[in-house]
Amino acid sequence: MADPMRIRAVAKDGSVNVKVLMSHEMETGQRKDSAGAIVPAHFIQSVTAVHSGKTVLAAQWGPAVSKNPFLEFNFKGGQKGEKIQITWTDNKGDKRTDEAAIN
Amino acid sequence: MEERHVKSKAHAAIAGTLAGCALLAAFPPGVTAQSSAVDEIAKYRQQLQDGNPADLWEARGEDLWKQKRGPKNVSLEACDLGKGAGVVKGAYAELPKHFADADRVMDLETRLVHCMVTQQGFSQADATRRPFGAGSNRSDIEALTAWVTAESKGVVMNVALNHGKEKEAYRLGEKMFYFRGGPHDFACATCHGETGKRIRLQDLPNLTEKAGAQLAYTTWPAYRVSQGELRTFQWRLNDCFRQQRFPELKFTSEASIALTTFLARNANGAAFNAPAIKR
Repeated sequence: MADPMRIRAVAKDGSVNVKVLMSHEMETGQRKDSAGAIVPAHFIQSVTAVHSGKTVLAAQWGPAVSKNPFLEFNFKGGQKGEKIQITWTDNKGDKRTDEAAIN
Repeated sequence: MEERHVKSKAHAAIAGTLAGCALLAAFPPGVTAQSSAVDEIAKYRQQLQDGNPADLWEARGEDLWKQKRGPKNVSLEACDLGKGAGVVKGAYAELPKHFADADRVMDLETRLVHCMVTQQGFSQADATRRPFGAGSNRSDIEALTAWVTAESKGVVMNVALNHGKEKEAYRLGEKMFYFRGGPHDFACATCHGETGKRIRLQDLPNLTEKAGAQLAYTTWPAYRVSQGELRTFQWRLNDCFRQQRFPELKFTSEASIALTTFLARNANGAAFNAPAIKR
C-alpha cells in the first residue's frame, strides 16, 4: 500500500497551481541488486488530475521519472474551496487516489 | 633503437606535463572550476526546494507520533521532548539536553527511543532495531525525526548547557571531534577543521568556525537525492565514522550523544532550517 500523496493547490488570477509529491520507488528495471539479479521495473505509468468531474491533466509516465516524483501544473477554471483529485497507476496495477481542497 | 624510443616517450610525457602547467597557470588552481560547480549545486538545490520529498517522511512521522502503537497501545503525544509533555514545536532547537527523569543527556533520537520504551512499552531492542531506512525497509525513528525537526523550522538554535552533565557531554564531544584514530589516523577535524576542503566536488563545512558549524547542523535531516532517502544528522555522523574507518558509532550511545551535543551547541544562534534537500 503506497503512502498518501502530498497535494497543494492554490487558486490565483483565474488559474489553479497544483503541486503534487508522490511516494513511489520508480524502479527502471535496469538496475541489478547485490546478487546480480535485475530489480524488476516498478514505475508510475499514468497520472490523471480530475477537477469537478473533468480531467484537467492526463499524463503517461515512464521509468525515466525520478523516485518520489514531484509534479507541478496549472489549470484554468478552478475555484477556492473546490476539490482536485489526483490518481496514479503503476505498471504492477497499483493505484492511489488522493484529494485536496483548492486554497 | 630501443633507447631512443624510450627517450622520445619521456619527452612526450614532459611536454604533456608542461601543457598541463600552462593550463593551470591560466586559471588560478581550482578556483574557477570549483566555484562554478558549487554555484550549480546551489542552483540545483534551489530548484528542488519546492518539491522536497522530505515532506513524505514528515507526514509519516506525524502519523506515527499520533498513532496508538506498541504493547501499551498509546501514542507518543505524552512524550516530553524537553519543553513539556507533547510539546513538539521548537523542541529540536534545544536538544540535546539533560532529562531529569532518565538522569541523562539525550539527543532527539535517544529521547524518542526512551518514550517508545517507557510509554508505548516497546523493548529497547525493538525501538532501536532500525535507526536508518533503506528502500522498503523503512525506519520509524527517521520518520519521527523528520517530523519533529520540521516543527523547529525557523526556530533559533539554543542548546543551553546549564546542567553539569550537559557540559560534560560537550567536553567529551569536543575531545572526540579532535581525536585522531583508526587505520587512517583521522579525526573529524582532519576534514572539518579547515576552510575550503572538499571530497570530490562536495564542499566540506569547516565545523571549527561558527558559520560552518551553523550551516552544517541546521540543514540536517535532509533528503538525499542521490540516495532517494531522508537522512538524519545521526546518519551523517555514522557515515562520517564509516568514512574515517572508525568503529561503528552505536545508536543512542553516550559517545553519539556527546558528539551531537558538541556540534549542536556550536550551531547556537542560527535559525534551524531542515528537513532540507541535498544532492
